[in-house]
Amino acid sequence: MDASMLDPLLLARMQFAANITFHILFPTISIGLGWWLVFFRARWLATRDQRWLIAWRYWTKIFALTFALGVVSGITMSFQFGTNWPGFMEKVGNIAGPLLGYEVLTAFFLEAGFLGVMLFGHGKVSERVHLMSTFFVAFGTTLSAFWILALNSWMQTPAGHEIVDGVYHVKSWFDVVFNPSFPYRFTHMVLASGLTCAFLLTGLSSWQLLRGAAPRSAPRVLRVGLTLGALLIPLQIVVGDLHGLNTLQHQPAKIAAMEGVWQTERGAPLLLFAVPDSQTRTNRFAIEVPKLASVILTHELDGEIKGLDEFRDRHPPPLPLFLAFRVMVGMGVLMLATSWLGWWLYRRAGWRVERLPRALLWVFAGMTFSGWVATVAGWYVTEIGRQPFIVYGLIRTADVASTVPTSSMIGLTLALYLVLYLALIVAYVSVLKYMAEKPEEVLQLDTIEQAATPAGAVTSPVTSPVLPAGSIA
Amino acid sequence: MSVMSFDSMLPVIFMALMGVSMLIYVVSDGYDLGVGMLMHRATDAEKDVLIASIGPFWDANETWLVLGIGILLVAFPKAHGLVLGELYLPVALMLVGLTLRGVAFDFRVKAKDTHKKTWDRLFFAGSTLASVAQGWMLGRYVSGFGTGWNYPLFAAAIAVALPMAYVLMGATWLIMKTEGQLQERAVQWARIAWAPMVGGLVLISMATPWVSETVRERWFALPEMIALMAIPLMSGVSLLAVRGLLGTRQVRGPVCWLPFVLLVIVFVLGFLGLAYSIYPYVVLDQLTIWQAASSPAALKVILFGVCISVPAIAGYTVFSYRVFRGKTGELKYA
Repeated sequence: MDASMLDPLLLARMQFAANITFHILFPTISIGLGWWLVFFRARWLATRDQRWLIAWRYWTKIFALTFALGVVSGITMSFQFGTNWPGFMEKVGNIAGPLLGYEVLTAFFLEAGFLGVMLFGHGKVSERVHLMSTFFVAFGTTLSAFWILALNSWMQTPAGHEIVDGVYHVKSWFDVVFNPSFPYRFTHMVLASGLTCAFLLTGLSSWQLLRGAAPRSAPRVLRVGLTLGALLIPLQIVVGDLHGLNTLQHQPAKIAAMEGVWQTERGAPLLLFAVPDSQTRTNRFAIEVPKLASVILTHELDGEIKGLDEFRDRHPPPLPLFLAFRVMVGMGVLMLATSWLGWWLYRRAGWRVERLPRALLWVFAGMTFSGWVATVAGWYVTEIGRQPFIVYGLIRTADVASTVPTSSMIGLTLALYLVLYLALIVAYVSVLKYMAEKPEEVLQLDTIEQAATPAGAVTSPVTSPVLPAGSIA
Repeated sequence: MSVMSFDSMLPVIFMALMGVSMLIYVVSDGYDLGVGMLMHRATDAEKDVLIASIGPFWDANETWLVLGIGILLVAFPKAHGLVLGELYLPVALMLVGLTLRGVAFDFRVKAKDTHKKTWDRLFFAGSTLASVAQGWMLGRYVSGFGTGWNYPLFAAAIAVALPMAYVLMGATWLIMKTEGQLQERAVQWARIAWAPMVGGLVLISMATPWVSETVRERWFALPEMIALMAIPLMSGVSLLAVRGLLGTRQVRGPVCWLPFVLLVIVFVLGFLGLAYSIYPYVVLDQLTIWQAASSPAALKVILFGVCISVPAIAGYTVFSYRVFRGKTGELKYA
């Protein structure tokens, strides 16, 4: 199709959605993985058990790759705020600006600054300084999530501002940052990151065991991943429920779209499946459980849920929300089932992998990227659910879109980004697979990098039994 | 001139902060983009050393670009929309270049050996694309996005000259960080890049007043012109010193850091000249910094964060460069 035939607003939204979808995949891994690296490193220092060090070295390589993809796609985003939504910053720059500024100043520099020491500094700085560097990287990624989710949540449930001549000013920074949906969204995202990593650790280790290519650390990483998954998923379900209740209070139209409720009703059924049709404003192919939606959302059998019809043109398109929400919840249920079953079986097998059924390992391998699916689906729910507003209830997305680039220019760059992103996702997943199958090559990289980066200031004697002392040039 | 109030000083402070961030970006990512553009001239073993010499730094270097663009976005939102709208396509190309190069950097060591060459090529291509796009953007920005026939020509000239400057930076970085045969080759690379870089700089300095009347009036007003002469004079002396040093034995030994430092000085001088030409505009002849600025209240909140975090950033940046100081070692495959 000729790109210039398409609406520039739609193209700008597609371009931003493509970018932000691609971007979130990598922070979702690095936020959680950073902390597990701190954990592996700390365990190694405490126990001097080689397997922890191997786990740390191996997963650091995966972290580096993931982090690089997060950085480059993040740079693109910092430009697209302005190129795609110039009106957004003109209206709410006084609120969004400082939040983004603090993210760069406190988080980006912290993580990027210490990343070099974390990746290449093993043996060049003391073990304590190195552990601190790993900690700062992990802390930086989480701090970055804090600021960006504060802004995102403010766009969902704006608070603490006043409007003077169409421009937004801050009345209370505390209210802006800790707006009504922020605590829920932040916790939900950090847990999602933890779960994504839990299944990545479990999945890649299972794949290694299936392929007979496991490093000595794999059974232990499998145990860590399963334990994490089994612990975090019930927490996530509770937090998700609370987040839903919070959304019902502040953004009822989003809930109505998620649940496929067209007319306001008491004792609303839970739709397990349906295809909401915006033309006829009804659901097709509905499979429902009576009253369950009211019970879940209001915790009452006959609780009232407002229908989409009440919001006229101020509600999101229900179809993508409805489906994305079910994908997210479905993934959550699958994670609960597999992690609990897996943990229980692994424990019963005395934490010995050779006694685990291979079918189970195949299931975990299949779920390596399940966290991505759930996280992206969840973000689609919350972001599409905010439409047609960019700041909920206050500023419409259409009013802040760029008028400068033409449709064909946006279309051209959109195609360019899409090709690039698809290629990079394929490359990322295949390199991860390759790294899983060739752990000894990955671990050897350390020795090579050690030799290549400058000697630097060793502030304490190096006592690393893994690296030959002579490898430090 | 009356004393400005603090509120009306804020946009000036933020313009300075943005300028300094961009300067640090151009210098620091300049040398690693330059190293990227030298990749195809290196042997396979040398490629690993080239990559290792910038490995611990490139992430943090690119963060300065995010900060610079971030300040443009948060402190001058009107200018951000205008500038990035005008530069929509080159920005997209630069981003594609930076993306390719950032990921190639990590993929090349982790991928199968058969794919390594492809990633090396992408690393070179990404570095070149990003540098050329940046040169074009700089050219368009400096000339205030003019529309005559001569403006694209001017931008094209900078799109060639800036990558040359980056290559020279990269080569002098390698002179500093390597030894032996590779260092000798880096000296040769620096020699090759020197003439086009200097030629480009001279041409651009002559063309800038030609494409912009505002700049012409700034530059050739007396008595300021006499003070301004220091900038081209010092740049010229520094560049000649670099050229001279490349022929000496000392540059292969104790003063290996000097050409790099001299080039940083040239970049700083060029930046000062540019700042003098453009101030108080954020977009030449179109938008002054006061017209484009956010509310003083928002700027104060950010300034508070800047005052606390920038010393910390400086601290751990120095720490990181200290940890990885000295020569990048020969590769030993254990």
